[in-house]
Amino acid sequence: MGDTENGEKARKTVFVTVGTTLFDALVRAVDSLEVKQELLKRGYTNLVIQMGRGSYTPTKSGGEDGSLAVDFFTFSSSIADYLRSASLVISHAGSGSIFETLRLGKPLIVVVNEDLMDNHQIELAEELAERKHLYCARPQTLHQTIESMDLESLLPYPPGDAMPVAKLINQFLGFPDD
Amino acid sequence: MEKGNGCCSIMASSATITFFLVGITLVMCRVLYAMYRSSKPLRKRAPQPVSTLIVLGSGGHTAEMLNLLSVLQKDRFSPRTYIAAATDNMSLQKARLFENSLADENGVGAVKTAQFMQIYRSREVGQSYATSVWTTLLAIVHALQLMIKIRPQVILCNGPGTCIPLCAIAFLFKVLGIRWSSIFYVESIARVKRLSLSGLLLYKLRIADELFVQWPQLQRKYPRAHYVGCLM
Repeated sequence: MGDTENGEKARKTVFVTVGTTLFDALVRAVDSLEVKQELLKRGYTNLVIQMGRGSYTPTKSGGEDGSLAVDFFTFSSSIADYLRSASLVISHAGSGSIFETLRLGKPLIVVVNEDLMDNHQIELAEELAERKHLYCARPQTLHQTIESMDLESLLPYPPGDAMPVAKLINQFLGFPDD
Repeated sequence: MEKGNGCCSIMASSATITFFLVGITLVMCRVLYAMYRSSKPLRKRAPQPVSTLIVLGSGGHTAEMLNLLSVLQKDRFSPRTYIAAATDNMSLQKARLFENSLADENGVGAVKTAQFMQIYRSREVGQSYATSVWTTLLAIVHALQLMIKIRPQVILCNGPGTCIPLCAIAFLFKVLGIRWSSIFYVESIARVKRLSLSGLLLYKLRIADELFVQWPQLQRKYPRAHYVGCLM
């Protein structure tokens, strides 16, 4: 992994994750020419796709000819490592992936799956986008989001705190405050 | 003769009806009392540990629950029983890891204070509401078996549907006087504008003693809910 020291272009990886869901529309979108070109323009060198249960297989590429290097896998127990080494994360709208990425302080584009029946996940992505913690896109608008995004304008997400809830539960049950 | 017989049967049937009505009224009173008493803090409680049932959802739900557990006093909420859906292998594994890390900290075996169980799920993500009636019934029977075994004093849950049969039975136990348990429901952070189906049921039927939401606009919509910030 990592950069080689002899002046080679620094590695900037985009990590795409669909979690345990089936989200071929996202995999297809990031594998499209227009998205890959926008990512190249933005200075990214590598694209790593966690494709989950999907059936659409992206095209692997070594990136020798100055194009984007593309790699993919289905599942991994070390998603956290991939997130940590990424310069940009493109994720499905699951709250687990969203908050894991935000906590690592990585720039994040959440792509909403419009095929889901009970699609409340849009709510979370849009709320967090409104608060400028991430960008929210659809598979067909992803390339526009990448083109127009300004990562400097994203605000860090303040980590939540379960203590107040724990305190109320303790009070309810009659436990003394510490 | 005939007249007398008719009179007797009328008296008998009116007695039955009266008995029936009184019975219904008593049961209703008890149900209303249970609803009323739920959501009221416990009046007196010796500072003793409470047996705790933790219902794990999946993915993000489990992460949120473990986040809450990590700040709860482990010696107060003990022994702990974890229940996850039979189709969800990851959640119990994460709970085991969590309990093992506690055991490592304290140098005691996790096995003593924690139990892990699986339950049929009442509704899979994406399953239609119509077919979920049948699967919910099945889940209730299984939940009853488990609840008779566990009889928790505290139930912590945060959706999705897995927790509904367990909470419904806990409420039944309250009505019947088998066990008074306090039910705490934390709505997922993914719910920004509307409660989930599970959250809505527990809120409307007043089954949850305390219901927490993680967005202020949701609390404004459901005033009996508590908002004290995000957990994630």
